[in-house]
Amino acid sequence: MDMFIYPEYEVVRNPDLCIGCRVCERQCANEVHHYDFDLKKMVADSTKCVNCHRCVCLCPTHALKIVKSQDTYKTNANWENQTINEVYRQAATGGVLLSSMGNPKPFPIYWDKILLNASQVTNPPIDPLREPMETTVYLGRQKCEVVRDGSGKLKNTLAPQLKLNMPIMFSAMSYGSISYNAHEALARAATELGTYYNTGEGGLHKDFYQYGPNTIVQVASGRFGVFKDYLDTGAAIEIKMGQGAKPGIGGHLPGKKISADVSATRMIPQGVDAISPAPHHDIYSIEDLRQLIYSLKESTAYKKPVIVKVAAVHNVAAIASGIARSGADIIAIDGFRGGTGAAPTRIRDNVGIPIELALASVDSRLREEGIRDNVSIVVGGSIRSSADVVKAIALGADACYIATAAVLAMGCHLCRTCNVGKCNWGIATQVPELVKRLNPDVAAERLVNLVTAWNHEIQEIMGGMGINSIEALRGNRLMLRGVGLNETELKILGIRHAGESL
Amino acid sequence: MLKREGDIRIPAGCAISGVIDRSGKRMSGKCMIDSISTMHDRSNGLGGGFAGYGIYPDFKDFYALHLFYDNTAAQHETEEFLKRHFEIAYCSAIQTRKVASIKDEPIIFRYFVSPLPRKLESSQLDEEEYVARCVFRVNVEITGAYVFSSGKNMGIFKAVGFPEDVGRFYKLEEYEGYAWTCHGRYPTNTPGWWGGAHPFGLLDYSVVHNGEISSYDANRRYIEMFGYKCTLKTDTEVITYIFDYLLRKRKLTLQEAAKVVAASFWATIETKSEEEREQEVLLRRMFPSLLITGPFSIILGFEGGLMALNDRLKLRSMVCGEKGDKAYIASEECAIRVIEPELDKIYSPAGGEAVVYTLKNGGRRE
Amino acid sequence: MKRIYVNEQWCLGCHLCEYECAFANSGMTDMAKALKGKEIHPNIRVEDGTDGIHFAVNCRHCSDPICVRSCIAGALSRTEDGMVQIDKSKCVGCFTCVLVCPYGAIMPDADGHAAQKCELCTRNLCGEPNCVKHCPNRAIVYEDRG
Repeated sequence: MDMFIYPEYEVVRNPDLCIGCRVCERQCANEVHHYDFDLKKMVADSTKCVNCHRCVCLCPTHALKIVKSQDTYKTNANWENQTINEVYRQAATGGVLLSSMGNPKPFPIYWDKILLNASQVTNPPIDPLREPMETTVYLGRQKCEVVRDGSGKLKNTLAPQLKLNMPIMFSAMSYGSISYNAHEALARAATELGTYYNTGEGGLHKDFYQYGPNTIVQVASGRFGVFKDYLDTGAAIEIKMGQGAKPGIGGHLPGKKISADVSATRMIPQGVDAISPAPHHDIYSIEDLRQLIYSLKESTAYKKPVIVKVAAVHNVAAIASGIARSGADIIAIDGFRGGTGAAPTRIRDNVGIPIELALASVDSRLREEGIRDNVSIVVGGSIRSSADVVKAIALGADACYIATAAVLAMGCHLCRTCNVGKCNWGIATQVPELVKRLNPDVAAERLVNLVTAWNHEIQEIMGGMGINSIEALRGNRLMLRGVGLNETELKILGIRHAGESL
Repeated sequence: MLKREGDIRIPAGCAISGVIDRSGKRMSGKCMIDSISTMHDRSNGLGGGFAGYGIYPDFKDFYALHLFYDNTAAQHETEEFLKRHFEIAYCSAIQTRKVASIKDEPIIFRYFVSPLPRKLESSQLDEEEYVARCVFRVNVEITGAYVFSSGKNMGIFKAVGFPEDVGRFYKLEEYEGYAWTCHGRYPTNTPGWWGGAHPFGLLDYSVVHNGEISSYDANRRYIEMFGYKCTLKTDTEVITYIFDYLLRKRKLTLQEAAKVVAASFWATIETKSEEEREQEVLLRRMFPSLLITGPFSIILGFEGGLMALNDRLKLRSMVCGEKGDKAYIASEECAIRVIEPELDKIYSPAGGEAVVYTLKNGGRRE
Repeated sequence: MKRIYVNEQWCLGCHLCEYECAFANSGMTDMAKALKGKEIHPNIRVEDGTDGIHFAVNCRHCSDPICVRSCIAGALSRTEDGMVQIDKSKCVGCFTCVLVCPYGAIMPDADGHAAQKCELCTRNLCGEPNCVKHCPNRAIVYEDRG
C-alpha cells in the first residue's frame, strides 16, 4: 500500500500576474513547474515542492506564493499531521527519517526571554558614532606567567591567540555539504571582515589556501582531508567532537555529493559515501583528547590555537571543565538548535540542550574552578541576531559562531532539504548548474553586509550600556534580566528577573 | 526594610580627595577634612571616609585591623578567630567623639596583629595572602563582623554621614600620616551600613572612587576566580581587588596595572611606538576581563604613595596639583586650593593616564 | 564608456533579462500588463548552450561598429560617449545591420518594419540597464572597463 501524503505546502500562482516567462520552471531543480502547451499556461506540482522560495523570489511579477496546505487529518493535538505522516513514511520505507538545518520544534528560546540593560543618569551611555567602541576580541588561553626581560619589559608568554575584529565567526560547514562557491564566499567574507570561517570536516580546497590566515581547519572523526599542509595553512585547528544538531552521531555525506573536486579535497574515493564515525576512534576519553590536542600542536610547532568543539549535552559543564584542562585553547559549544546538512530527524529534534543554558553553566563552572582564563568560549547553535550575540557574550561567551544566519545571508530560505543535494540556491549542492547560481561576489558581499550590520548593532547596544569595549561585556551578567523564567532557569543562567534591582 | 551593601549592588556618585607629602613628613588628618568639606554637595550624607598612611609608626610591623561589629557576640566570635590565627600585639576600641549627625554607630575596634608563625608556615601562604584570606573569612563567615582596614602602618576610617563629620567623629586631627585620601559618598540608594562607605581597603591598598563602572560584573566574576569575595558588591571593592591582584599577586607595576584597568583604545595603541604597542597589546591580551569601563576617578593608596586614575574617556572630573614635595588629587580644584592656595602646578590628567606620586626615599616601582 | 558585460560563469539561463528588457522597452509601468499573453522581442537574448553554458547576448557598442558603417539610411550612429543608437524614423528596414552584426545583437522589431537594438535603457523609463538591475546572479554587469 503506497500511502499518499498530501503535500505540506502548496504552490499558488496568480494567473492574472503570470506572464509565462518560465523562470520558475528553469530555476526549480525539483521540477515543480512546467509550461503546459495545451493549456497555454504554467502549472505546478506541489508534491515536489520543498518550499525553498527560489521561484517566488525570482518571479518578476510576484505571481507566485507558497502557502501551508490546509488539508488536514482529523485534528489531534497529540497526533499532529506531521507526526502521522512521518509514521506513514517510515512504514513505507523502513528508513530513518532525515532532516536538515536546525531543530524547528517549539522549545523555549531563552535569548527571547532575556532583556538587556541600558544606562540612565548615574552612568552615561556612550555614543558609538562619537567615541571609540571596541569589538576586537582575542581568542585563546589568557592565563600566562608574568615574566620580564633584563630591562624589566614584559615578555610575551601567551599561547597563540586568534584576533577577531568582531565577536562573530562563521562556523563549520564542510566543502561537500556546501558548495565550492559558498565556501569561497565565506572565505572571502571572513578575510574582508577580519574574522574566521571554518572548513568543517571536508578538508580545504587548494584554491582556498590563500585564505588560510582567516581559516579554521577542522579535524573531525573521519579525518577527511587532514594532512600537514592543511594543518599548517589554517590559523587555528578545531577538533570536532560533536555537533549540536546531532550529538553522538557521525556524519554521512552521500556518494552523489562526492564530486571529483570534493573527492580530491577530502582524499576519499569519488562517488562513494563518506561516513565519519560517531566517536573519534582514537578518543575514548579525556586523556585521549589531550593526546590529539598535543599531536596537533606538535605537528604545527605550537603556533596555532586548538579549538575543541562539543555539542551542548546534559553534562557539558563537566566536559568543558575537562577540556579546559586538556591543553585546548578554545572551547566551542554547539547548541541543540545548530544547523546541519543532514541529520536523523529524531536525533536533531530530541538530543542536546539549549545553548543559552549550556553556555551559562559552562562559564559558571569554569569560573568556580578558577580556570575560565585557561580557554575562550565560542558558542553557536542558533545565534540569530546581534542581540543574541550581545546576550551570549554577557552570559560569558568570548565570541559566537554563526552558520544558519550566514547561509541565510547567501540566499538560503531554510527549506531544510540540504540532504537531498538539490539546493536551488546553489549553497548545499554539488550539482554544477546549481552551484553556479551562487556568485561568490554577491554572496561574499552579503555576508560582509550582514556581519558589519550586526557589529554596528552590537556597538549601539554596548554604548547604551555605557560599555565601550567588548571585554567589559563578557560575563557581565548584571546586564541581563530574565522575563517569564522560573527560579531554576534563572539560577542556571545566573541572572536576575526583570524588575529586580542591581 | 532597605537592603545593605552585599545584598544588593548600590551604584554611587561621589567626591574624592588625596594628598601626599613626598618627603615623608607627616601631616594631620585635618587637611583632608578641610579639603573634602568644600565638596559637600557631591556627597549626600550617606557615607564618608578617610585613609591615612604612616599613621601607626609605633606598630608599623603589625597589620592594623579595623573592625565594625554589630554586637558583642560577633566581636567575641571574631576575637576567637583572630586569636587562633594571629598574635595580637594591641587591641582597643577606636576613639571617637560624639557628632550629632553620626548615628547608629557599631562597635568599632582596632587590632594590631601579626600572623602566628606556626599557622602561617603550615598554611604555605605568604604573609600577606594569609592575612587577606583571614580578612575574607571574617567578612564572609562571621555575621555582624566586618574588617574594613587591614594594612600595615595605615588605617581606614569610615562611617555613614557627611565626610567632614566622619573625620571629626574619628578625631582624625589627632592622627598624622604622610598621605591621606578621603571620600564623600552620594549613593543612589539609601544604605544604612557603615561598611559600605569608602575607602575600601585590602592590606595596604585602599581605593576611593567616584563613578559607576559598567564593567562591574565582568570584573567581579573574573576576580572572584582568584579567591576574592565581593561581599559588598560595590565598585570600590572590586577595583581594590583588581589592583591587589595585579600588583601584589601578578607583580605588575602601577603603570602596567593602570594600562590593564584603563587600557588605551586599540586605535590609540596602534599609533604608539613599537615597544609601547607591544607592551600594551600584551597587557590587554593577558587581562582583558580586568578592563574597567564606565565612569571612574580613583585614588589608589598604597604603602609609600598614591595613584590617581581616570576612566579612559574621562567621564569623571579629577585634577592633580603639586606644591613642593606635596601633591594633591581631588575631584574638584577647590578641594585642593582650600588647603594649598598657591600651587606650583595644577592639571587635569587625561583619561586613562595614571598619575603616581611616591615617597622620595623610594616607594614602589612605578 | 560603461558597457554591459556578461559573465557566462554566472549566467543561469533563467532568461529573466529578456523579460526585463521587453518590459523596460514596453513603455508601461506594470510588467504583467506589459507582457502577459504577448510574444516578447527583447534586445538581449540568452543563448543556451549544451553542458549548462548560458550566455546573454546584446549589443557590444563596438568602437568601430560595422552596423553603423553598413547602414544605408544613416539610421544607426554612434553617440559621443560611444553608444550605438538607432533612429527608427530613418530606418528603412533593409536589415543590412542585422546581417552584418557579428553578435546577432540587432534584430527586426516586433512589427518587422525597422531594426531594434540595445540602447542601454537610455531611452526608456529605466535610465539604467534593466537587465543588469534584475540579473539575480550578477552575471550581467554595467561597467567601464576602459
